[in-house]
Parts: sequence; structure tokens; C-alpha cells
Amino acid sequence: MRYLITGGSVLTESGPEDVDVEFVDGSVTRLEAGIQPDEHQVIDATDSWVGPGFFDLHTHLREPGQEWKEDIASGMAAAIAGGFTSVVAMPNTDPVIDAGHLARQITRHEPIRVIPSGAVTLGQEGTQLAHLDDLWAAGVRLFTDDGYTVADAGLLRRAMEYVAQLGGLVAQHAEDPGLCRNGHMHEGSVSSRLGITGLPAAGEEVIIARDLKLVELTGCRYHIQHASTAATVELIRSAKHAGLPVTAEVTPHHLMLDHREVESMDPVYKMYPPLRTPDDVDALRAALVDGTIDAVGTDHAPHAAFEKDVTFEEAPRGIVGLETAASIVRAAVELDQTSFFERMAIAPGGVLGEAAGPIVVGSSDLVVFDPEAEWTFDRPRSKSANSPWLNQRLKGTVTQVFTRSGLVSTDEEGES
Amino acid sequence: MHRIPRSCLGGLVPQVMTADDLDRAIRRISHEIVERHHGTEGIVLVGIHSRGVPLAEQIAGAIESFEAVKVPVGELDIGLYRDDLASRPTTRLGRTLIPVDLSGETVVLVDDVLYTGRTIRSALDAVLDLGRPKRVELAVMCDRGHRELPIRPDYVGKNLPTSEDQKVKVRIKGIDEEAGVWISDGDGSDA
Amino acid sequence: MRDLLSVDDLDRAAIEDLLDLGDDFVEVLGRDVPKVPALRGKTIGLMFYEPSTRTRLSFDRAAKALSADVLTFTVGGSSVSKGESLKDTALTLKAMGPHLMVVRHRATGAPWRVRDWTALPVVNAGDGAHQHPTQALLDLLTLRRHFGKVDGLRVAIVGDIRHSRVARSLAGSLQTMGSSVTLVAPSTLLPIHVESWEVDTAGGIDQVLGEVDVVYLLRIQTERGGGEVFPSVAEYVSRFGLTRRRADLLPADSVVMHPGPMNRGVEIDPQVADGPRALVTHQVSNGIAVRMAVLFRLLTSEVPE
Ligand SMILES: [Zn+2]
Repeated sequence: MRYLITGGSVLTESGPEDVDVEFVDGSVTRLEAGIQPDEHQVIDATDSWVGPGFFDLHTHLREPGQEWKEDIASGMAAAIAGGFTSVVAMPNTDPVIDAGHLARQITRHEPIRVIPSGAVTLGQEGTQLAHLDDLWAAGVRLFTDDGYTVADAGLLRRAMEYVAQLGGLVAQHAEDPGLCRNGHMHEGSVSSRLGITGLPAAGEEVIIARDLKLVELTGCRYHIQHASTAATVELIRSAKHAGLPVTAEVTPHHLMLDHREVESMDPVYKMYPPLRTPDDVDALRAALVDGTIDAVGTDHAPHAAFEKDVTFEEAPRGIVGLETAASIVRAAVELDQTSFFERMAIAPGGVLGEAAGPIVVGSSDLVVFDPEAEWTFDRPRSKSANSPWLNQRLKGTVTQVFTRSGLVSTDEEGES
Repeated sequence: MHRIPRSCLGGLVPQVMTADDLDRAIRRISHEIVERHHGTEGIVLVGIHSRGVPLAEQIAGAIESFEAVKVPVGELDIGLYRDDLASRPTTRLGRTLIPVDLSGETVVLVDDVLYTGRTIRSALDAVLDLGRPKRVELAVMCDRGHRELPIRPDYVGKNLPTSEDQKVKVRIKGIDEEAGVWISDGDGSDA
Repeated sequence: MRDLLSVDDLDRAAIEDLLDLGDDFVEVLGRDVPKVPALRGKTIGLMFYEPSTRTRLSFDRAAKALSADVLTFTVGGSSVSKGESLKDTALTLKAMGPHLMVVRHRATGAPWRVRDWTALPVVNAGDGAHQHPTQALLDLLTLRRHFGKVDGLRVAIVGDIRHSRVARSLAGSLQTMGSSVTLVAPSTLLPIHVESWEVDTAGGIDQVLGEVDVVYLLRIQTERGGGEVFPSVAEYVSRFGLTRRRADLLPADSVVMHPGPMNRGVEIDPQVADGPRALVTHQVSNGIAVRMAVLFRLLTSEVPE
């Protein structure tokens, strides 16, 4: 199939340009103004941004073991609906991805890429190193116990030393177990009124502060998952200033929502890290704009309706995020086309050592995104619908997604 | 058919009893009660909230004026005994205060208007929960008919044949500005 | 009023109305036949997910004094996890036809969830460390009957406020009613972010003894005193226990309250607990009256929604 994308603003190596894009047999074949249609399927991208497919560093696909929430196929469909052409699968499945054969099982190349991450510790139990070499050989580059924190500093130091030598990076879900025990929401004025035990901001910050010392000690590349507080932003800023090999991601929901949402006691607002204060939201937004935070990571965390149909404290953590990420980031933060694709695609790819970049001849992963068009999030492709934006009208619509498999998006996503 | 505002009472609406008529009826009922029981021994007057209470007090006052005996007066709120609580929301409950033990006594329930009989049915239940009187009688200022229960008064100030969509308003000395009884067109419920 | 979930939903007039009705029901409960037919034909579902005999008995008594029928579902603490979900239980109980649900649950917000799932009126009988509005109302009724008013009273709430739904409900409703509230506890038992409560705090009971009308003691969970949140029970008593010596320093007409069950010898001296200042038994009997008021109000008012 031959495609011609016309009229859009295309993110090229020299920035956004009004050029046409010819896409044939899974890659870009021409990139120039005024390409004449010749048995092409023409895609009118007027008013849209064309750029590299979004890259998610933080996706929970739930396969193997929890397929009632999501599986790889439904997760990929949700990713495509959200404009993502690569997702990094978190290893907290059942069984935990702590060995190479498990990582190979969840790896996919089509229609989009599913890139496995591996656990830092066996079974994510925080006591023994996972099969790091074996995982590396299976293509794992990012190691994390996400969902849990590697709390033992000595063990984390050894993991960092080991992973640094391999050339990978360690990513941390930062939540001090002592400070955060039994916590269900941000510790603050709202938790105080609700009588719900809180997760203090310090519970995140002390882990990151400590880990940054271990980065100094080991030289290991270190990635902060779902940064959520203003002080975390300051730690990242000073670590980068000091030249440490540190990157960070923020979720769309932490850019958009704060802990006052929990006054409703609706379990859809339960996530870890929890929704923080409006000041934290402001700091995260500014950090994403100025590049202190490198990337958006969705922390797409599907849960079945019945699992969230309980009290707030009993509910599992997390919301789905792939399908709404681009719209929410667009609504939360003022980013131009270049910065938008930088945070959604290029920087996250770079964290993983992927050569993600602007569109060039030969590019395969490409998304057409209309930043002004509205749509309603009423038909999740994910198996789960645990999202505060379900049935809401959102601005910023993914219209087409291309990969090596060709045009992979279905066009029913647009106006409904 | 239209609702007549409260402020027009006594002006546009036919008045069927004046304040003097009310006083005479109260004195007559008082005499009937004493005659029937050959005195005041064992009689307890129990007014039903809200206008039965001042009526009961006025009856007691009348009896005292010619018998020189103070008959005990109680007050009864039947809010908790109504059978239409769900459809007619309550506001504040009235006071229920029975000054003597009712066991073995003759209770005379006092109310302003007797209509369907449901209020009296509720009052009977309430009285019987408060004690075990020997006998319960009923005194009303106006009997307007349209009974839905087999209840009849023992003492009546005035029989007032009415249609169901009329309203009977009794206004009593002590709690209302002008005493008397009026009939108006309305939705049939007594206020 | 359709539900009673939180004292935050009650303004001063709504509280006064329930207290007025509560007074009426105190009178009803004093009759020879302390029972009225007001809620005949109504059924009240009691969902109790915590062992809380007193509150359950009080609601049961209140319902029956109004001639309502009662459907009771109780679960002991540990067997809950094995059983069906709260939602399934709520829907099962709803299928049996109650007109109102009374919900006690260890998790914040459970009564709101039950309301949303069943579309029935719900009374919160205690959720997590969040709210216990009927306890607050019975305490206010007890205070109003004793002092003739609640406005202007100086109330010290002493004990484990951080984990107490009683404290949250009481402090909030006292503020609504114009009382002044002082929270007295070790820092580890004061609420996190106590500054957002807009009340005074004190780090020892001696600081408030001379200038309070009400000392409201909360039960201390002695298991927390194993060094987890305070060093030892003895140290707690030395700084926060209402001993006889301290009770003697209270203003002459001040009172002592406790939601029960009491730890005699810990937060309260046994003789103080049984002494003339203690309103504890009044709290219990007023609890029935106030719960009657709540059930009556919710089940006899047309819902203008
Ligand atoms: Zn995480």
C-alpha cells in the first residue's frame, strides 16, 4: 500500500516543515513538498502534526497472568489508539519478568513494538538480583521493580554496578516502605480530613535522594519513574546539573490532577505515586516544559471494573493512560510541536538507547496528531476503562499511526 | 375553584362560628362532660396538637368555673402515629405531656375538627401506648363528616356538613389572632 | 435530607433540627411503652463490617422503637476477605427490600459506595477513621441537654485523634455549632496536617484543665503503645490520662465524656469514669434517641431531588 500524507506540519530534522510524506511498504520513502498522488491513498493532514510515533516508557500490559485486565494484543490496540508505536512493558506480571525466556515471550515487533523491561530482583521480592545477564541477552535494557521500590540500598548498589557494566539502566519506583506503609493517597490536608493514611512526598524524595548517591557511587544510568513532587523535580535538576546520568518521566495524570480529586473517594483517583498538591502539579508542568523531566510515561495500569468497584482503600492502584496521554499532555502543558514530540517520542526512546528522532526517509514509526480536534474517550481499546476521562470530551486527536506494518490505526477513533 | 389566601380569612370566606359561638360551645361541651360522668372524678382532658390543646385547656377552664375543680389536661402529638408519614413530611414534633397516670381514668380526647377519623385513630393508638385508661371519649369543635373509619364523637360543638373539597378552619383564642370557624373552598384538607 | 454520611453535610440548622427531634425521642423512650409506630412497614438494613456491638445495638434499638423491621448483616473482622465483595453484599441485602441502609466499614468512603451501588438512603455508622456522624450528634445532644446549648462551649478532645472517626465528626460538628475545640494528644496521634483543621492543639492535658467545659476522652488502643506510635501506656497516662487529681482541677461545672468502650486506668481513672461529671451513660441513651431522629427524618421526608 502506498500512502501520501499531505498538508501536515511534519517534524523533520530541521524542525516542523510543511512537506508531504510518502509512506510505502513500512517506511517513509519521500519527504518533500508537492508530491503528486500516484495510486496513493492520500491522507489529508491539514492542521495536523506529523511526527515520530509516541514511545511509552511505562506500560503495564498484564500479560502473562492478569489477562482479565489487559493482554498484549489489547494493550497494543490501546497504544495504537493513543499514537504509540513503542511501549516498554513493566515486569510486574505473574510470573514476574525476571529471566530472559519470560522477556522473549512478551516481545513484539508488529504491529507496534513491545519492549520488555526486566525486574531488578528475583520475583520483585527485593532480596536477590534477577537474572540480569539473561534478561540483557533477551533485549532488556531497562531494569525496574516497578510497583515496588528496591528498598535495600546495598542490593540496589550491586544491581546498579551490574547493570552499568552491561550498559543498561535502572529505573526506580520511589516509595520508601517505612514512610509509606499502609498509605493510599497523598499525605496532606485532604488525607487528614478523610482519615486515610497518606504517602508523604518525602517517601518519594528520600528514595530518590539516596539513589542519586548510588548513581554517584556506581555511575549507573538511572531513570526516575513517575516523578510526582516538586522536591523530586529539584533533585533531578541538581543531579543533572552535577552531570549525573539521570533521566525522569512524568505521567499525564500527575500533570493534570491533584489530590483534591480524592475528596470524592472515587477509586479511579487511586494511583501510586498518588495525586499530589497543586504546587506539585505546577512544578511538574514546568519541569516537563524546561526539560528537567525528559519524557512522558503513561503508567498505563489497567484494572477490571469489578476490581475498582470497592472502597478507595481496598482498590488497586493505577489508571489506564495510553489512549488519553497525548490529549492530556496537550491540555496540561503548553508545548510546541517540536517539544511535544521530544517529550512523547524522542526523549523516551533515547532513555532506552533507541534512535528515535524526527521523520526522515526510512522512518517507520509515524503518527498524525491533530492538536485541536476534539474526540470523546468512550470506546477504550484497552480491556479496562479505569480512567477519570472516560466519556469525556478531549482535545487533541490521534488520526493515523504508521509502523513497519503500514497504517495500523483504525480511523473510527476520530469524530464520533 | 381557587385557594383562598390565609390573609383573606374572615373577609371573603363564610364564617360559620364567631368567637362567642366558640365560647358557648366550649361551655356546653364542658357541661355535657360533667353531666355524663356525674362530676369530674377520673376525667383527664387530652388535647391533640395543635388546636386541640388550647381547646382542652379552655374546656378545663370552663369546668373549673362552675365546678371549682381543676381537671388534669394533657397534650398529645400524634406525629409518630400517623399512617401517612411517608407522603406528608413532618416538621418538628409537638410535645406529648400527660400529667397523670392514665390507668383506670376516663380520657376525653379533644380536637378542633373531626373529618376522616384518621387523626383520632392515631390518637387512640398513642393514648393506649401511654397507659391503660378505663374509657376514651372524643370531643370535637366541628364535625364535618366524610368519615373513613368507624369513629364518632361523644361531644360536638357544631355539625358542619361540608363537601370534600372545602376546608374548615378553626381559629382558637390564645394561639390565633381572631377566634372563630370558617369554611372555604380548597383542596379538602383541613389546616 | 436523603442520607446521613458526614457531619460536613449538616449545617447548623440541620443539626438543630435533628437535636430537637432527638429531644422528642428522649421523651418517647421515657414512656411506659417506649415504642411508636412511626416507621411501621419500613425495613432498615444494618451492614456492619466491623465488630461494633454498641453502635449496632443502638441502631437496632432505635429502629425497633420506631416499629421498623431490621435486617442485620454482620461480619467479623477477619472473615471479610474470604467473603463476597462489599458491592455484592450490598446488592444482596438490597434485594431483601430495605428502605434504608446503615453501614459500618473499616474503609473510608464505604457508605458512599453503598449509596451509589444501591441507590438507597444510607446512614454512615462509621467509616474508617473518617466519619461517624450519629456519634457526633449524640454527643451534641448530650451536651445540649446538659448545658442547654452547644454554642460557646470549650471542648478538649483528648487521645488518638489521628485514627479517630469520632474525633473527625465531633470536631467538625462542634465547629459548625460554634464551640471551640482543642485537640490534645501526642504529636504522633494528632492528625497529619492538623493546621488544616483550624483548631487549637495542646501537647498535654494539664494545659487545658483549667479552662474547659468538656473533656472528651477517646479510647487509646493500647497496642499502639508498644513503641509504635507512643513509647508506652504509662508514658501516655502521665501526660494525657484524666486522673483523679487532674479531674479535681477541672472547673466546677465541667463534664467528662467518652464514646466507649473505656480503658479504665488508661485514658480515664475508674472513679472519674463513674463520677458525677461523667455523662457516659447519657451518651448511650441519647444515642438511641438521636438515631431514631435520623431514621425518622430520612424515612419520612419526601426526597425533593
Ligand atoms: Zn510505578
